[in-house]
Amino acid sequence: MAEEEDDIILSELPDEELVPQMHDDLYDGLKEEIEEGVNILLERGWAPYKILTEALVAGMTIVGKDFRDGILFVPEVLLAANAMKAGMAILKPLLAETGAPRMGKMVIGTVKGDIHDIGKNLVGMMMEGAGFEIIDLGINNPVENYLDAAAREEADIVGMSALLTTTMPYMKVVIDTMVEQGIRDNYIVMVGGAPLNEEFGKAIGADGYCRDAAVAVEMAKDFMSRKHNQMAAG
Amino acid sequence: MTDALSRLFETRDWLLADGATGTNLFNMGLSSGDAPELWNVDAPDKIRALYAGAVDAGSDLFLTNSFGGNASRLKLHDAQNRVGELNRAAAELGREIADKAGHPVVVAGSVGPTGEIMEPMGALSYADAVEMFHEQAEALKEGGADVLWVETISAPEEYKAAAEAAARADMPWCGTMSFDTAGRTMMGVTSAAMVDLVEKLPNPPLAFGANCGVGASDLLRTVLGFAAAGTERALIAKGNAGIPKYVDGHIHYDGTPDLMADYAVLARDCGAKIIGGCCGTTPEHLRAMRAALETRPKGPRPTLDQITAALGAFSSASDGTGEDADAPARTRRRRRG
Repeated sequence: MAEEEDDIILSELPDEELVPQMHDDLYDGLKEEIEEGVNILLERGWAPYKILTEALVAGMTIVGKDFRDGILFVPEVLLAANAMKAGMAILKPLLAETGAPRMGKMVIGTVKGDIHDIGKNLVGMMMEGAGFEIIDLGINNPVENYLDAAAREEADIVGMSALLTTTMPYMKVVIDTMVEQGIRDNYIVMVGGAPLNEEFGKAIGADGYCRDAAVAVEMAKDFMSRKHNQMAAG
Repeated sequence: MTDALSRLFETRDWLLADGATGTNLFNMGLSSGDAPELWNVDAPDKIRALYAGAVDAGSDLFLTNSFGGNASRLKLHDAQNRVGELNRAAAELGREIADKAGHPVVVAGSVGPTGEIMEPMGALSYADAVEMFHEQAEALKEGGADVLWVETISAPEEYKAAAEAAARADMPWCGTMSFDTAGRTMMGVTSAAMVDLVEKLPNPPLAFGANCGVGASDLLRTVLGFAAAGTERALIAKGNAGIPKYVDGHIHYDGTPDLMADYAVLARDCGAKIIGGCCGTTPEHLRAMRAALETRPKGPRPTLDQITAALGAFSSASDGTGEDADAPARTRRRRRG
């Protein structure tokens, strides 16, 4: 950036300027500025959930869109996610105290036979960056790992990743087991991995195929809002 | 003192590298989930067969079975303490097969990514990455590898760390990145940016290029991007045999030997000097590639349209180079000092 401007004192900004500034700071991955912004809004009496949604999640949505559109790449998004997580760390205990709705909880891992985990790690980091709670099962997970963790953690989403053409079919084994046990509808099932496609996701009975981490985040948010609406209606 | 690869470069305009390691090992019964590197010790005859498959099909250079042989990857199999043993064995078996070939064959010690995300985005420090790669490089050298072959890298820092490890091990090296995200690596590196990265290294590689990624078409677009950036260094094209397709419950790569033969010839026309395959490429594909490279004349550099006409469509409209380099940027409202 060529332009030299005066330092901005966050605490001197009115709310309507501070929030967009925090969006910019998230975009730039400025962790300390995000922590400071969150604390200022708390001092000004903002509800933790309002800070989460309006300052942090809204800012990460801009990041996610620019990632999807090829303006930002993984490194920038991870820095933004790290900044978001730092803000989230301040809010988390307060959110629990105030009984705010949670963004959602996801159990994620690579399927049995698959040791390729970088895609899964990226999705996990970006989901955390969007405010989700992530239970990372690591690599090479048999059916039981997914189902036990999903039940124990009361997860909303089960995410499976596979990079190999030989391990992709195992995703169907997990989903079929969920159907057999009558628990399939308790969870949103999202799948991803380089060799997969939309058609494959449908064929094995997943709720969604995530082409990349940005899509995963958007899809998870979309599923969660529908779930919340259903709960409100039901 | 010259190395085996540089000597081959002096007499040859192109070299055929090998095909897939994983695909061929699965065909030999490797069960998914196991570390292929363990076979260097537990099933050495199968690794010999893997290497011999490439050499018999006409490869001038093959990669050792050590792609996941760094401590970070082996840790997933609780074998992080076996880096030296497994990589040494990978290279020793390679040396044995290469020396029996009766003509010069280069043993390239495969070094794959750590699988970790580097600082500041992730947890892996540059120093730790160099150390891990160096540990692996020394073992491959001891086992008799002619060059180190760094592959499927996404992050510039990781590429640099591998380069530094090669320098520490005093080994000549080659290094490819995987351009799998709209013509860029996962970490956003374009073909032009990789040329810039390579030329700024204190110990640049003997050859560099692209491997894996999406399909053969995308890979050649990337090679054209290297050439357009004006590099004089030897280029590597190691593309997948097509794209995996899900058909009737089975998955297979859709690239036929004939398609890979066309790809090989086009890769040479694009300016690649080392041409091979990646995932899905079997000895049958390599034979067709060798025959095509030997019998068909070198042609002019193909256009993008000629590439897609022969090999299929690109996965994305742009690859972030040329006129597209001025990609939309978000205008910053202000910046804090």
